[in-house]
Amino acid sequence: MSMDRRKFLKLAGISSILGIGATAVAKPQNPLFTGLTKGVDTNKEALTAEHWAMVVDMTKFKTEEEIQKVVTACHKNHNVPDFGNIKDEIKWIWKEPYGRAFPSQENPYMSEHVKEMPFLVLCNHCEKPACVRVCPTQATFKRKQDGIVMMDMHRCIGCRFCMAACPYGARSFNYRDPRQAPNLKAELPNREYPTRTKGVVEKCTFCTERLAVGKIPACVEAAPKGGLIFGDLADKNSEVRKIVEARYTIRRKPEVGTGPSVYYLIGGNEHA
Amino acid sequence: MLEKALVGSKKYWAWLAFLGFLAASGVYYYLQQFNYGLGLTGLSRDVSWGLYIGQFTFLVGVAASAVMLVIPYYLHDYKKFGKIVILGEFLAISAVTMCILFIFVDMGQPMRIMNVVLHPTLNSVMFWDSVVLSGYLFLNLMIGWVTLGSDRKGVPPPKWIKPFIYLSVPWAVSIHTVTAFLYAGLPGRHFWLSAIMAARFLASAFAGGPALLIILALIVRKVTKFDPGKEPIQALGKIVTYAMAANVFFLGLEFFTAFYSNIPGHMHSFVYLYAGLDGHTEMVPMMWTSSVFAIVSLGMLLVPSIRKNEGTLALACGMLFVSLWIDKGFGLIIGGFVPNMMEQVRPYWPTRQESIITLGVWAIGLLILSMLYKIAVTVREETKGVEIEH
Repeated sequence: MSMDRRKFLKLAGISSILGIGATAVAKPQNPLFTGLTKGVDTNKEALTAEHWAMVVDMTKFKTEEEIQKVVTACHKNHNVPDFGNIKDEIKWIWKEPYGRAFPSQENPYMSEHVKEMPFLVLCNHCEKPACVRVCPTQATFKRKQDGIVMMDMHRCIGCRFCMAACPYGARSFNYRDPRQAPNLKAELPNREYPTRTKGVVEKCTFCTERLAVGKIPACVEAAPKGGLIFGDLADKNSEVRKIVEARYTIRRKPEVGTGPSVYYLIGGNEHA
Repeated sequence: MLEKALVGSKKYWAWLAFLGFLAASGVYYYLQQFNYGLGLTGLSRDVSWGLYIGQFTFLVGVAASAVMLVIPYYLHDYKKFGKIVILGEFLAISAVTMCILFIFVDMGQPMRIMNVVLHPTLNSVMFWDSVVLSGYLFLNLMIGWVTLGSDRKGVPPPKWIKPFIYLSVPWAVSIHTVTAFLYAGLPGRHFWLSAIMAARFLASAFAGGPALLIILALIVRKVTKFDPGKEPIQALGKIVTYAMAANVFFLGLEFFTAFYSNIPGHMHSFVYLYAGLDGHTEMVPMMWTSSVFAIVSLGMLLVPSIRKNEGTLALACGMLFVSLWIDKGFGLIIGGFVPNMMEQVRPYWPTRQESIITLGVWAIGLLILSMLYKIAVTVREETKGVEIEH
């Protein structure tokens, strides 16, 4: 724009005094605002869907390192603080053994392989999210366009009602200033992603910031081929939909009626 | 009438100074928490509510219990409560104030508290809880002030206050019901997902609140010239007995459903609280103290001769109060979070700073209560307990 900040503020001040500010705002074609409205337009490369969903295919993960790689990729991408203690712990995606990921679905004779396999767990971006239902300020909300359950870090009052409500333990709270965490203090792993403030809740966002610029979620990118499949469940031709239709998948705690959007392909060992 | 709170004996001022000191210690540690974050507490991502929210829940019950005086007095014309109904209303004011303070100190971003009003969210129980609590505070402030003001002048209270008094009855029930709904509507928290929760909350409130009121009335008689009377205290004693019997019964129902159904998720929290789980037994001594105190106090209250003796009545009420404080102010919250959503035991224990902040809030509540009671008692002393038709 050919106008500097000072001139803009002057003009904005004068126009508001004259009462024409409102008209200027109402008319986005006003040359003053073209630059602003352009930023609101969605990126042409952005990945969009009606219902983002994920299939976790545990058979594709051969080693513990492959799983850890996924966790690290996510946490580095989002500057997730690591204080090195359980009390202040924050995690967006992590590993849990079968019995913890799927409580009450264990049996004493199931294969050691499945029992000990570390399952990747994350926010389920539920169809009927309990966290959204309880939030007193709509700081956590479900995006109408694609079903992603989002957080507004600037509105969250830190009441942690959502953490009590989430049946998956997917939410973490900033008990301390995350910027003081040893892994973020010196240098941020990702300078393009904002750090949070103390006193707010955070969780996985299905990488909305990456989808907006045409990139797949960081965890999907870091997983072995076919390990994490991400796509539009509402699209009949999408890979996630085909898998969910053709194969036997399970979801975490389906009985609580939240409708998780993360599906699991368990697989057994080579005999299964 | 406020000036009456500012004139008093040396003992009165020493008591206020003592509470002021405790409150100041709480404020001091709260400022530390404000700077550092809630990491100063024992809370974690697994147990995300603890002592603060427990106290909040417990005190909502104490606040709601004022209705146990209002109903007999205003709806059943039980004149004997005329002298002490104001003690119940002022106790409610102090308790709701503490509730609000406990919510405030529990918030991660307290400066954003107005977001609850700026973005009202009708589907959030917490929004409704803030509505009913502030409404209840307002109702009790108004009713207490207007009726006491009339008593002081020796005239019956104005007619316009009556509808508000009647409204305060269902309103009191609503504050504790909505508070129970904070817990009882969460999927996946078996310990809280129980239809009896609100009823149990009310039963424990109507036992614990009046029990505290009996103790307070006895203290008032001892330290002032105002005698709340023997009969009202005995009537309260009966209310406490019935409510406590209902409360113990409701808790028994929870045990039956959990253990007869044999559903692991429903049993785990009870096992953790009363027997310990995966080697974690930190809650067991407290929960058993609560159970023993509950049974013993109820047993004492059920025997007329023990209940009629004010000394043993006070002892029973004290035990009952401690029992309910442990059960509702601590166990109920922790049991909902342990084991966590992955059925893992991640225990919680309050830190020193957290405990001092909690003590500080209680001190502020007691400070308000002492000053309000000072006003009420002075008015009563001046009118020499003349019965005024309300």
